[in-house]
Amino acid sequence: MNPVNYLQILQLAAPETIVALTVLVVLGADLTLLRGKSLAVRFNAGALISILGCLAAAAFVVIRFTNKAECDLFNGFLVVTPASDFIKVALLALTIFTILISTSAKFTDHVGEYLSLILLGTIGLMFLVSTEDLLMVFISLEFASLALYILTAFNKHNEKSAEAALKYFLFGGMSAAFMLFGFSLLYGISGSTNLREIAVGIAGKGFDSLLLVALVTTVIGFGFKVAAVPFHLWAPDAYEGAPTPSAAFIGSGSKVASFYVLAKIFTLGFVGAEGCAAYHNFLSGWTPVIAIVAALSMVLGNLTAIVQSSAKRMLAYSAIAHAGYMLLGVLSNTPASASAMMFYVITYALTTIGAFGVVTVVEEATGGDAIKNFNGLSKRAPGLSLCLMIFLLSLGGIPPLAGFIGKFFLFSAVVSFGENLGLLWLVILAIAMSAVSFYYYLRVLKAAYVEDAAPDAPVIKVPLLTFLALVLLALLVILFGCAPGLLTQFL
Amino acid sequence: MLAWTIYITFFGVLVLMLLPRDNARAARIVALLTAIAGCVVAFVGAIQQANPGEVTTIVKVPWIPSIGANYYLAADGISLVLVVLTGLAAVSGILFSWNIEKRTKEFFAFYLALIGGVYGVFLSFDVLLLFVFYELTIIPKYFLIARWGSTRKEYGAMKLALYSFVGSHLVLIGLIAAWVVAKGQLGHASLDLIELSKVAFPVAFQHWVFPLVFVGFAILAGMWPFHTWAPTGHVAAPTAGSMLLAGVVMKLGAYGCLRVAMVMFPEGVRMWQGEIACLAVAGIVYGAGVALVQRDFKFVIGYSSVSHMGFVLLGLATLNTIGLDGAVLQMFSHGIIAGLLFAVVGRMVYDRTHTRDFNDLETMQLGKLIPFAGVTFVIAGIASMGLPGFSGFVAEFQVLMGAWTVFPKLTILSGVGILIGVAYTLRAVQKGFYSDAPPKPVDHAHPLEPISMPERFGAVMLIGASLVIGLFPGLLMNWIEPCFNSPLSMFARLLVKGGSQ
Repeated sequence: MNPVNYLQILQLAAPETIVALTVLVVLGADLTLLRGKSLAVRFNAGALISILGCLAAAAFVVIRFTNKAECDLFNGFLVVTPASDFIKVALLALTIFTILISTSAKFTDHVGEYLSLILLGTIGLMFLVSTEDLLMVFISLEFASLALYILTAFNKHNEKSAEAALKYFLFGGMSAAFMLFGFSLLYGISGSTNLREIAVGIAGKGFDSLLLVALVTTVIGFGFKVAAVPFHLWAPDAYEGAPTPSAAFIGSGSKVASFYVLAKIFTLGFVGAEGCAAYHNFLSGWTPVIAIVAALSMVLGNLTAIVQSSAKRMLAYSAIAHAGYMLLGVLSNTPASASAMMFYVITYALTTIGAFGVVTVVEEATGGDAIKNFNGLSKRAPGLSLCLMIFLLSLGGIPPLAGFIGKFFLFSAVVSFGENLGLLWLVILAIAMSAVSFYYYLRVLKAAYVEDAAPDAPVIKVPLLTFLALVLLALLVILFGCAPGLLTQFL
Repeated sequence: MLAWTIYITFFGVLVLMLLPRDNARAARIVALLTAIAGCVVAFVGAIQQANPGEVTTIVKVPWIPSIGANYYLAADGISLVLVVLTGLAAVSGILFSWNIEKRTKEFFAFYLALIGGVYGVFLSFDVLLLFVFYELTIIPKYFLIARWGSTRKEYGAMKLALYSFVGSHLVLIGLIAAWVVAKGQLGHASLDLIELSKVAFPVAFQHWVFPLVFVGFAILAGMWPFHTWAPTGHVAAPTAGSMLLAGVVMKLGAYGCLRVAMVMFPEGVRMWQGEIACLAVAGIVYGAGVALVQRDFKFVIGYSSVSHMGFVLLGLATLNTIGLDGAVLQMFSHGIIAGLLFAVVGRMVYDRTHTRDFNDLETMQLGKLIPFAGVTFVIAGIASMGLPGFSGFVAEFQVLMGAWTVFPKLTILSGVGILIGVAYTLRAVQKGFYSDAPPKPVDHAHPLEPISMPERFGAVMLIGASLVIGLFPGLLMNWIEPCFNSPLSMFARLLVKGGSQ
């Protein structure tokens, strides 16, 4: 065994280290230099430092990415590949956008803590995407989740925030237990925590009941994290109760990382235990399990979203539905579908941050996130409502926005899987449900463009920094929709 | 050159968005100039096209190579006919919405976005691109109706949007499945319509995928029994909205049926030919019958649209040259005539009297108060009934000739539909304008405003177009016929008797 080379670890984990240092700087600056300044100044200065830190880390990753560096430390503990580097850049970009839309927030005066928790969560997610070892997956996932629990509870003036955080925490803790149980069984079956060795270990042993338990508990664990039905119950409350920027972070960054690692575990770790989810041709394995979870998520998420009156809850149920679509990419398990899924997840994350950003502004101005608070938005804030239209139409899958092209990539990759269009039944379900989803997105747009605002409706002031971030996000959504090649070339 | 119809129109949307909010006059002028520019480009481009029987590429650059999508705009004779129709409909629609005062700039921005999408559909020869433009039209439609419409506008708008969206999703399922199968056969991913029109999809596959794609498009063409969005949508829409809905949007559906569903799955059409014809004739007779008993003037026109679009679908189902010629010509003809009818009812009558109820209109003697509207409606009615001299006659006559050889019984039935058509049109003329019911005393304090210049221009333009095509159908037939006659065209597989036998 080679002696541990700490310098090499530091080099490989340099982006994460840069972000960690940024955390310290942000906390320190907020406690010393910015003490006694106004909330806006503190938020803007803190955000500036955080964003600079993220940009530095991203620059480091980009340089490493262009060199096509590949490295594997401690047998899969820390793995650096161009693919994981690209996801890290995406995560950092999502963090920057999350920070930008939270700068106008007034729910807290603990600016340093809030920003550093977002950054700490990002660190956890970054480690999560660069490992192929179950232990490390678990540790980094829990690390990121802890930050998310606190972020959910951050609005101390709102009881719902605390309730949501507690619910999220309890569900999350339980799911972690399930996941750990599954991981321990996998270790017991294969004698290793490394994904590739697990695949070797379970290969050829057939599909026995122990493996089934391991599989199901792992799916339960991740099902909670990505809010897939029937493990989704925390999501609507957490999204609704959490401060809106926190909800945006839960719905974007953590989703990208979770899906990346979920696909990795199933495609690397369960090779040979796929089974088959094709119509009339079911075989036990992990794909039918995921197929059921995906189908339930699509149906329940979309149908429940229709009746929501709060925009955040609506977005939560839509997130559940979108998790269902994304799981299709996991289960069809080809390079094409994996890259289609990552395209879908990344563009979805950008769109979701945008949608939550608009909700943040409306909520700050009108005091609530009910859909009727959006009435007359097109007159009160034309630019903002145009952004909202772009985000929601992209979520609904209207071309030429990123959401549509993502769906096309994903569904065509899934249908291509196997012979005789076996997975077509899932895609038909997905497309039918996406037609349903159009209705509830249109409901919000109807409020914004068709309804008139009440005469005493408060003026909506759009903070400049948030608005710039939203415009940038909207442009990205259009750009990735019209020229998806810009993104797919890296996936 | 024709591609500029799309670019100019979307550029107009941008300009409108940048205009100051309260300058309604500038918005109108920008919109009108944009539409005229688009219309002129459409005309000149169409006349310049040397060989309408062939697909002439306008632009073809790789768009998303990994799935075989190109940015591929092209035109053949059928595209030319419909592009010219769109240009005419766009200009006349703006002339008839000159009186929009509420958020004028946004109205015209949505209006032009819709027109741009329609141009795009008619010029796309890449399936994905066509689909993108097709869906792009749904959103402006919704907002035009929900914001500026009348009677149950939000219901009508949502119904229309959901029907369109469900239809386009049926199409999407079929396209994705076809893409995968074609990839297996060609060895590479392709979304090029011309390439796909040469792929021999397995017959069993065509058997289920064709109805999916065809019905998906036909929902927007108002095929019975999926037509119910049409009357409510037409009635709820503002005048220009109904003119566009009936004038060009329904044509999008019929065009998709022909250009995508039928061209890609010729065996599928042959299997379902009889069913399509039955539904088409059901639409013709049902639409006409329901139009006969309406009290609301606009519902009469709305249901008559369903009836006339039935002729398009019947023509498509014949699968012979003369029937298809008639179907395409009917798309043009109905686009012009329905636009005119909606203009009279929506703009000239409803905007002035604020009622469309025949019981009220009967007492008003509108034929005397606004004679121009009365005369225009009579002319439009004559054209709509299919009297010789107008475009409707040439088109429906060809459809019936084509259908006679294939479905003689159904053809007779659709003849009944034409007879009812005469009845409901005459009833509308009589009740709407020239009633002999005792007149109410005229309210001299609020006289009806006289017919404005934009309205006169628009009406003359549309009547002229219908008359010119009625008298010289060769102008358009020279574009349409070569598309179906040439053995090399993409429709060749469709017309060969017996197909693969």
